[in-house]
Amino acid sequence: MFGLEYPPIDNLVVWPDALFEGTILGFNKIALISLLAMLIPAAIFFFSKKDLVPRGLQNVAEGAVELVEKEVILPAIGPDGLRYLPLLLSVFLFVFFGNIFEVIPVFQMPANARMANPMFLALMVLVVFTFIGFKYNGAKFFTDIAWPPDVPVGLRPLVGFIELLSTFILRPFGLAVRLFANMLAGHILLVTFGVLCIAVASGWLFPLLALTFPMLVLLTGFEIFVSFLQAFVFALLTAVYIGLSLHPAH
Amino acid sequence: MSVLATIAAEAVELAQSELPAADQKGIAGAAGAGMAYGLAAIGPGIGIGYLVGQAVQAMARQPESAGTVRTNMFLGIAFTEALALIGFVVFILLKFA
Repeated sequence: MFGLEYPPIDNLVVWPDALFEGTILGFNKIALISLLAMLIPAAIFFFSKKDLVPRGLQNVAEGAVELVEKEVILPAIGPDGLRYLPLLLSVFLFVFFGNIFEVIPVFQMPANARMANPMFLALMVLVVFTFIGFKYNGAKFFTDIAWPPDVPVGLRPLVGFIELLSTFILRPFGLAVRLFANMLAGHILLVTFGVLCIAVASGWLFPLLALTFPMLVLLTGFEIFVSFLQAFVFALLTAVYIGLSLHPAH
Repeated sequence: MSVLATIAAEAVELAQSELPAADQKGIAGAAGAGMAYGLAAIGPGIGIGYLVGQAVQAMARQPESAGTVRTNMFLGIAFTEALALIGFVVFILLKFA
Protein backbone atom coordinates (compact mmCIF):
# COMPACT_ATOMS: atom_id res chain seq x y z
CA MET A 1 0.00 0.00 0.00
CA PHE A 2 1.30 3.50 -0.93
CA GLY A 3 4.48 1.81 -2.17
CA LEU A 4 5.36 1.13 1.44
CA GLU A 5 8.46 -1.04 1.72
CA TYR A 6 9.02 -2.25 5.21
CA PRO A 7 12.63 -3.25 5.95
CA PRO A 8 13.22 -6.83 7.14
CA ILE A 9 13.70 -7.17 10.88
CA ASP A 10 17.40 -7.97 10.52
CA ASN A 11 17.97 -4.46 9.18
CA LEU A 12 16.45 -2.98 12.32
CA VAL A 13 18.26 -4.83 15.09
CA VAL A 14 21.36 -6.55 13.69
CA TRP A 15 24.47 -4.42 13.39
CA PRO A 16 27.71 -5.56 11.76
CA ASP A 17 30.88 -5.62 13.82
CA ALA A 18 32.93 -2.46 13.38
CA LEU A 19 36.07 -3.70 15.14
CA PHE A 20 37.55 -7.18 15.59
CA GLU A 21 35.05 -8.55 13.09
CA GLY A 22 34.02 -12.16 13.55
CA THR A 23 35.95 -12.75 16.76
CA ILE A 24 34.51 -13.03 20.25
CA LEU A 25 35.62 -9.42 20.84
CA GLY A 26 33.41 -8.14 17.98
CA PHE A 27 32.51 -4.53 18.75
CA ASN A 28 29.31 -3.25 17.15
CA LYS A 29 26.83 -0.45 17.77
CA ILE A 30 25.13 -2.27 20.65
CA ALA A 31 28.46 -2.73 22.42
CA LEU A 32 29.28 0.96 21.88
CA ILE A 33 25.90 2.03 23.33
CA SER A 34 26.34 -0.31 26.30
CA LEU A 35 29.79 1.13 26.93
CA LEU A 36 28.39 4.68 26.76
CA ALA A 37 25.55 3.68 29.08
CA MET A 38 28.21 2.65 31.56
CA LEU A 39 30.49 5.68 31.07
CA ILE A 40 27.91 8.50 31.02
CA PRO A 41 26.49 7.88 34.53
CA ALA A 42 30.03 7.37 35.83
CA ALA A 43 31.03 10.70 34.30
CA ILE A 44 27.96 12.45 35.75
CA PHE A 45 28.88 11.29 39.23
CA PHE A 46 32.62 11.86 38.76
CA PHE A 47 32.36 15.44 37.50
CA SER A 48 29.56 16.68 39.76
CA LYS A 49 30.81 18.78 42.68
CA LYS A 50 29.91 18.02 46.27
CA ASP A 51 28.62 21.49 47.18
CA LEU A 52 26.05 22.09 49.88
CA VAL A 53 23.84 23.97 47.41
CA PRO A 54 23.70 21.87 44.20
CA ARG A 55 24.16 23.52 40.81
CA GLY A 56 24.16 22.12 37.28
CA LEU A 57 25.38 18.56 37.01
CA GLN A 58 25.14 17.98 40.73
CA ASN A 59 21.35 18.42 40.47
CA VAL A 60 21.19 15.52 38.02
CA ALA A 61 23.28 13.25 40.24
CA GLU A 62 21.39 14.13 43.42
CA GLY A 63 18.05 13.80 41.63
CA ALA A 64 18.91 10.28 40.48
CA VAL A 65 20.06 9.23 43.95
CA GLU A 66 16.97 10.72 45.54
CA LEU A 67 14.63 9.08 43.03
CA VAL A 68 16.07 5.61 43.65
CA GLU A 69 16.12 6.21 47.40
CA LYS A 70 12.61 7.65 47.86
CA GLU A 71 10.63 5.95 45.10
CA VAL A 72 12.35 2.57 44.80
CA ILE A 73 14.11 1.47 47.97
CA LEU A 74 11.94 2.88 50.77
CA PRO A 75 8.58 1.58 49.44
CA ALA A 76 9.95 -1.75 48.19
CA ILE A 77 12.48 -2.82 50.85
CA GLY A 78 12.29 -0.35 53.72
CA PRO A 79 15.02 1.53 55.57
CA ASP A 80 17.28 -1.53 55.85
CA GLY A 81 17.48 -1.63 52.06
CA LEU A 82 19.46 1.61 51.82
CA ARG A 83 22.71 -0.36 51.74
CA TYR A 84 21.70 -1.67 48.28
CA LEU A 85 21.53 1.89 46.92
CA PRO A 86 24.77 1.59 44.84
CA LEU A 87 23.56 -1.60 43.14
CA LEU A 88 20.05 -0.32 42.41
CA LEU A 89 21.29 3.09 41.27
CA SER A 90 23.78 1.55 38.84
CA VAL A 91 21.13 -0.83 37.48
CA PHE A 92 18.67 2.04 37.04
CA LEU A 93 21.16 4.33 35.31
CA PHE A 94 22.61 1.63 33.08
CA VAL A 95 19.17 0.52 31.89
CA PHE A 96 18.00 4.11 31.46
CA PHE A 97 20.98 5.24 29.38
CA GLY A 98 20.84 2.02 27.38
CA ASN A 99 17.20 2.78 26.60
CA ILE A 100 17.44 6.50 25.92
CA PHE A 101 19.74 5.96 22.92
CA GLU A 102 16.55 4.85 21.18
CA VAL A 103 15.66 8.50 20.50
CA ILE A 104 19.14 10.07 20.25
CA PRO A 105 19.96 10.86 16.61
CA VAL A 106 22.81 8.94 14.96
CA PHE A 107 22.37 6.06 17.42
CA GLN A 108 18.57 5.49 17.22
CA MET A 109 18.81 2.05 18.77
CA PRO A 110 18.11 0.96 22.34
CA ALA A 111 20.86 -1.34 23.58
CA ASN A 112 18.24 -3.29 25.52
CA ALA A 113 16.37 -4.26 22.35
CA ARG A 114 18.88 -7.09 21.96
CA MET A 115 18.23 -9.96 24.33
CA ALA A 116 21.84 -10.18 25.59
CA ASN A 117 21.71 -7.06 27.75
CA PRO A 118 18.40 -7.66 29.59
CA MET A 119 19.21 -11.36 29.96
CA PHE A 120 22.56 -10.67 31.56
CA LEU A 121 21.04 -8.06 33.89
CA ALA A 122 18.26 -10.46 34.88
CA LEU A 123 20.76 -13.25 35.59
CA MET A 124 22.72 -10.82 37.73
CA VAL A 125 19.55 -9.98 39.67
CA LEU A 126 18.89 -13.71 40.14
CA VAL A 127 22.37 -14.23 41.58
CA VAL A 128 22.04 -11.15 43.81
CA PHE A 129 18.71 -12.01 45.38
CA THR A 130 19.63 -15.68 45.88
CA PHE A 131 22.90 -14.66 47.54
CA ILE A 132 21.16 -12.12 49.80
CA GLY A 133 18.55 -14.70 50.78
CA PHE A 134 21.23 -17.22 51.72
CA LYS A 135 23.31 -14.66 53.55
CA TYR A 136 20.50 -13.42 55.80
CA ASN A 137 18.28 -16.50 56.14
CA GLY A 138 20.56 -19.48 55.53
CA ALA A 139 18.96 -22.69 54.27
CA LYS A 140 15.61 -21.51 55.70
CA PHE A 141 15.49 -19.20 52.67
CA PHE A 142 14.62 -22.11 50.36
CA THR A 143 11.90 -23.59 52.55
CA ASP A 144 10.43 -20.15 53.20
CA ILE A 145 10.26 -19.49 49.48
CA ALA A 146 8.86 -22.92 48.69
CA TRP A 147 6.09 -22.88 51.28
CA PRO A 148 4.37 -19.83 52.65
CA PRO A 149 3.56 -20.39 56.33
CA ASP A 150 0.75 -22.86 57.25
CA VAL A 151 0.46 -24.69 53.95
CA PRO A 152 -0.98 -28.21 54.57
CA VAL A 153 1.64 -30.98 54.37
CA GLY A 154 -0.22 -32.79 51.58
CA LEU A 155 -0.06 -29.77 49.32
CA ARG A 156 3.61 -29.02 49.94
CA PRO A 157 5.14 -30.81 46.92
CA LEU A 158 2.79 -29.03 44.51
CA VAL A 159 3.06 -25.58 46.14
CA GLY A 160 6.83 -25.99 46.50
CA PHE A 161 7.25 -26.88 42.84
CA ILE A 162 5.17 -23.93 41.66
CA GLU A 163 6.81 -21.43 44.01
CA LEU A 164 10.37 -22.51 43.24
CA LEU A 165 9.61 -22.44 39.51
CA SER A 166 8.11 -18.97 39.73
CA THR A 167 10.94 -17.63 41.88
CA PHE A 168 14.02 -18.99 40.14
CA ILE A 169 12.83 -19.39 36.53
CA LEU A 170 9.91 -17.07 35.87
CA ARG A 171 11.24 -14.05 37.80
CA PRO A 172 14.42 -13.56 35.74
CA PHE A 173 12.58 -14.58 32.57
CA GLY A 174 9.85 -12.01 33.16
CA LEU A 175 12.37 -9.34 34.11
CA ALA A 176 14.41 -9.85 30.94
CA VAL A 177 11.47 -10.25 28.54
CA ARG A 178 9.69 -7.18 29.92
CA LEU A 179 12.62 -4.88 29.24
CA PHE A 180 13.56 -6.51 25.94
CA ALA A 181 10.05 -6.57 24.47
CA ASN A 182 9.22 -3.03 25.54
CA MET A 183 12.32 -1.59 23.92
CA LEU A 184 12.02 -3.72 20.77
CA ALA A 185 8.35 -2.75 20.41
CA GLY A 186 9.20 0.92 20.82
CA HIS A 187 12.02 0.69 18.29
CA ILE A 188 9.80 -1.05 15.73
CA LEU A 189 7.03 1.50 16.34
CA LEU A 190 9.38 4.41 15.63
CA VAL A 191 10.77 2.68 12.53
CA THR A 192 7.25 2.00 11.28
CA PHE A 193 6.24 5.64 11.53
CA GLY A 194 9.55 6.80 10.08
CA VAL A 195 9.11 4.52 7.07
CA LEU A 196 5.50 5.65 6.72
CA CYS A 197 6.53 9.33 6.75
CA ILE A 198 9.15 8.77 4.05
CA ALA A 199 6.77 6.74 1.88
CA VAL A 200 3.99 9.31 2.18
CA ALA A 201 6.27 12.30 1.59
CA SER A 202 7.69 11.00 -1.67
CA GLY A 203 4.36 10.43 -3.45
CA TRP A 204 1.22 12.36 -4.30
CA LEU A 205 -0.13 11.58 -0.83
CA PHE A 206 2.18 14.11 0.81
CA PRO A 207 -0.66 16.06 2.54
CA LEU A 208 -1.01 12.98 4.74
CA LEU A 209 2.36 13.95 6.18
CA ALA A 210 0.41 16.40 8.34
CA LEU A 211 -0.98 13.34 10.15
CA THR A 212 2.01 11.01 10.22
CA PHE A 213 4.79 13.44 11.14
CA PRO A 214 3.17 14.83 14.33
CA MET A 215 2.46 11.24 15.30
CA LEU A 216 6.16 10.41 14.88
CA VAL A 217 7.09 13.34 17.10
CA LEU A 218 4.52 12.36 19.73
CA LEU A 219 5.70 8.75 19.70
CA THR A 220 9.30 9.90 20.15
CA GLY A 221 8.20 11.73 23.29
CA PHE A 222 6.29 8.66 24.40
CA GLU A 223 9.38 6.51 23.91
CA ILE A 224 11.43 8.85 26.12
CA PHE A 225 8.78 8.26 28.80
CA VAL A 226 8.86 4.49 28.20
CA SER A 227 12.67 4.44 28.44
CA PHE A 228 12.49 6.08 31.83
CA LEU A 229 9.56 3.96 33.01
CA GLN A 230 11.17 0.66 32.05
CA ALA A 231 14.40 1.58 33.82
CA PHE A 232 12.36 2.57 36.87
CA VAL A 233 10.34 -0.66 36.78
CA PHE A 234 13.49 -2.75 36.38
CA ALA A 235 15.07 -1.11 39.44
CA LEU A 236 11.80 -1.37 41.37
CA LEU A 237 11.38 -5.07 40.65
CA THR A 238 15.02 -5.71 41.57
CA ALA A 239 14.36 -3.95 44.87
CA VAL A 240 11.17 -5.94 45.45
CA TYR A 241 12.99 -9.23 44.85
CA ILE A 242 15.79 -8.20 47.20
CA GLY A 243 13.18 -7.24 49.79
CA LEU A 244 11.47 -10.62 49.43
CA SER A 245 14.84 -12.33 49.95
CA LEU A 246 15.54 -10.28 53.07
CA HIS A 247 12.16 -11.08 54.63
CA PRO A 248 10.91 -14.17 52.79
CA ALA A 249 8.08 -15.08 55.19
CA HIS A 250 5.89 -12.20 54.01
CA MET B 1 -15.22 -13.76 16.69
CA SER B 2 -16.63 -14.44 13.24
CA VAL B 3 -14.02 -12.08 11.74
CA LEU B 4 -11.26 -14.04 13.44
CA ALA B 5 -12.76 -17.30 12.23
CA THR B 6 -12.92 -15.94 8.67
CA ILE B 7 -9.26 -14.88 8.79
CA ALA B 8 -8.26 -18.28 10.15
CA ALA B 9 -10.30 -20.10 7.49
CA GLU B 10 -8.75 -17.94 4.75
CA ALA B 11 -5.27 -18.64 6.08
CA VAL B 12 -5.88 -22.38 6.20
CA GLU B 13 -7.33 -22.33 2.68
CA LEU B 14 -4.36 -20.37 1.34
CA ALA B 15 -1.93 -22.62 3.17
CA GLN B 16 -3.50 -25.72 1.61
CA SER B 17 -3.49 -24.31 -1.92
CA GLU B 18 -0.84 -24.91 -4.56
CA LEU B 19 1.62 -22.27 -3.28
CA PRO B 20 5.27 -23.11 -2.57
CA ALA B 21 5.99 -24.40 0.93
CA ALA B 22 7.85 -21.24 2.03
CA ASP B 23 4.87 -19.05 1.08
CA GLN B 24 2.48 -21.34 2.92
CA LYS B 25 4.62 -21.16 6.03
CA GLY B 26 4.77 -17.37 5.72
CA ILE B 27 0.99 -17.07 5.38
CA ALA B 28 0.27 -19.34 8.31
CA GLY B 29 2.93 -17.56 10.36
CA ALA B 30 1.54 -14.11 9.60
CA ALA B 31 -2.05 -15.11 10.42
CA GLY B 32 -0.96 -16.86 13.60
CA ALA B 33 1.26 -13.95 14.59
CA GLY B 34 -1.50 -11.39 14.19
CA MET B 35 -3.90 -13.50 16.19
CA ALA B 36 -1.33 -14.27 18.90
CA TYR B 37 -0.67 -10.63 19.60
CA GLY B 38 -4.30 -9.59 19.28
CA LEU B 39 -5.51 -12.24 21.71
CA ALA B 40 -2.63 -11.62 24.12
CA ALA B 41 -3.48 -7.91 24.28
CA ILE B 42 -7.11 -8.37 25.41
CA GLY B 43 -6.55 -9.59 28.96
CA PRO B 44 -3.71 -7.23 29.94
CA GLY B 45 -5.66 -4.35 28.38
CA ILE B 46 -8.62 -4.96 30.64
CA GLY B 47 -6.30 -5.64 33.58
CA ILE B 48 -4.20 -2.48 33.25
CA GLY B 49 -7.30 -0.35 32.71
CA TYR B 50 -8.92 -1.68 35.85
CA LEU B 51 -5.68 -1.41 37.82
CA VAL B 52 -4.93 2.19 36.90
CA GLY B 53 -8.57 3.17 37.41
CA GLN B 54 -8.55 1.78 40.92
CA ALA B 55 -5.18 3.42 41.63
CA VAL B 56 -6.46 6.83 40.48
CA GLN B 57 -9.54 6.37 42.65
CA ALA B 58 -7.35 5.53 45.63
CA MET B 59 -5.17 8.60 45.01
CA ALA B 60 -8.24 10.82 44.71
CA ARG B 61 -9.73 9.53 47.93
CA GLN B 62 -6.49 9.63 49.88
CA PRO B 63 -4.02 12.06 48.30
CA GLU B 64 -1.54 11.65 51.18
CA SER B 65 -0.91 8.00 50.20
CA ALA B 66 -0.38 8.84 46.52
CA GLY B 67 3.32 7.93 46.61
CA THR B 68 2.78 4.39 47.87
CA VAL B 69 -0.16 3.85 45.56
CA ARG B 70 1.86 5.02 42.56
CA THR B 71 4.76 2.68 43.32
CA ASN B 72 2.42 -0.28 43.76
CA MET B 73 0.54 0.71 40.61
CA PHE B 74 3.75 0.54 38.56
CA LEU B 75 4.53 -2.84 40.11
CA GLY B 76 1.09 -4.16 39.16
CA ILE B 77 1.36 -2.72 35.66
CA ALA B 78 4.77 -4.37 35.24
CA PHE B 79 3.38 -7.79 36.16
CA THR B 80 0.22 -7.44 34.07
CA GLU B 81 2.02 -6.03 31.07
CA ALA B 82 4.41 -8.99 30.99
CA LEU B 83 1.63 -11.16 29.52
CA ALA B 84 1.04 -8.79 26.62
CA LEU B 85 4.78 -8.53 26.04
CA ILE B 86 5.16 -12.30 25.89
CA GLY B 87 2.42 -12.20 23.25
CA PHE B 88 4.48 -9.61 21.38
CA VAL B 89 7.57 -11.81 21.55
CA VAL B 90 5.53 -14.73 20.19
CA PHE B 91 4.40 -12.41 17.39
CA ILE B 92 7.99 -11.56 16.51
CA LEU B 93 9.01 -15.23 16.64
CA LEU B 94 6.12 -16.39 14.45
CA LYS B 95 6.48 -13.56 11.95
CA PHE B 96 10.23 -13.34 11.53
CA ALA B 97 11.91 -16.43 12.94
